[in-house]
Amino acid sequence: MADVNRGNRPLSPFMLGQYYRPQLNSVTSILTRISGNAMIVAAILIAWWLLAAGSGPEYFAVADFVITSFIGDVIMFFSVLGLWYHSLAGIRHLLWDNGYCLDVETADKLGWVIIGGSIVLTLLTAIIV
Amino acid sequence: MVQLTLPKNSRIKTGKTWPKPDGATNVRKFKIYRWNPDDGENPRVDTYFLDMDKCGPMVLDALIKIKNEIDPTLTFRRSCREGICGSCAMMIDGINTLACIYGLDEIKGDVTIYPLPHMPVVKDLIPDLTHFYAQHASIMPWLETKTNRPAKEWKQSIEDRKKLDGLYECVMCASCSTSCPSYWWNGDRYLGPAALLHAYRWIIDSRDEATGERLDDLEDPFKLYRCHTIMNCAKTCPKGLNPAAAISHIKQMMVERTV
Repeated sequence: MADVNRGNRPLSPFMLGQYYRPQLNSVTSILTRISGNAMIVAAILIAWWLLAAGSGPEYFAVADFVITSFIGDVIMFFSVLGLWYHSLAGIRHLLWDNGYCLDVETADKLGWVIIGGSIVLTLLTAIIV
Repeated sequence: MVQLTLPKNSRIKTGKTWPKPDGATNVRKFKIYRWNPDDGENPRVDTYFLDMDKCGPMVLDALIKIKNEIDPTLTFRRSCREGICGSCAMMIDGINTLACIYGLDEIKGDVTIYPLPHMPVVKDLIPDLTHFYAQHASIMPWLETKTNRPAKEWKQSIEDRKKLDGLYECVMCASCSTSCPSYWWNGDRYLGPAALLHAYRWIIDSRDEATGERLDDLEDPFKLYRCHTIMNCAKTCPKGLNPAAAISHIKQMMVERTV
């Protein structure tokens, strides 16, 4: 076979969304990663808040102002959403790794359960707390 | 490595728009990826128009019609036209499937056709599958035995044979592996859904006597464990198989043999 131009072969397009169709399974998967990483920000904020509380009333006032401000509330609200989402997705991963719910239909149903469940649990958390 | 954009030589340019068929009332637009290794240009997307009243029902029918009647330079693999050879796998309407068994009526609007994602392109819709085949070969896709050869054939009970259903039907079209984001980004070391499905097919074959060696070979942070159960593979498989489940079963066997 005449093998021309082997060195400069282009890479075929792949990107999710732009070329490959995003589907429930891939979107819930990437959201698990994003929510996991986003919670690092929330964890750092809470750690900062606690450290501030330990280092004195003036510094705590600054940290407390930021965290209880409107923007702080928004960040915390979405962190709760991320936490619930990530936890439910983690439970789905536990099921999968034990060999359950691996058929496409059930996996997709669980995808909706994770999305719906995390929204309901977040609203409940927001109402109760 | 996570990669979100195409390299410079792979960015897609606007291509040629081919003339519409004369006097046709039922016209459909096809946008097809083109790359010619001989002209030194970047890939482009050409636009074709087909008279659907004179075209067969499948995507492959449309491709053959374009090649026969409009543009003979359009290049793609095809052979059996009934979903058993696995040659015509490509990205159609945003998912990987076989052009010969994917109906044009399953697609809304314009038909977009690209080669299988994140692969080096040989020409137009033909990806270079050398690495994919090498990975398949690496899992020893054959019966490994240690006991003496029986006088007749290696026998298997009906129940044991049933364990191979949903595995042996794979036609090696590469749709699943090239739909997998993990394979896009770690395909050099991650074996991908197709090779792992085949690995599991031999691991659970009751006649095979190399299960331990097979599992040893897969005990690797990349070969097996880059699977994050995204399940694009099971969604896209044109034969309705589930590589994600097979991979999960291998992972379970890995745990079971260490505890």
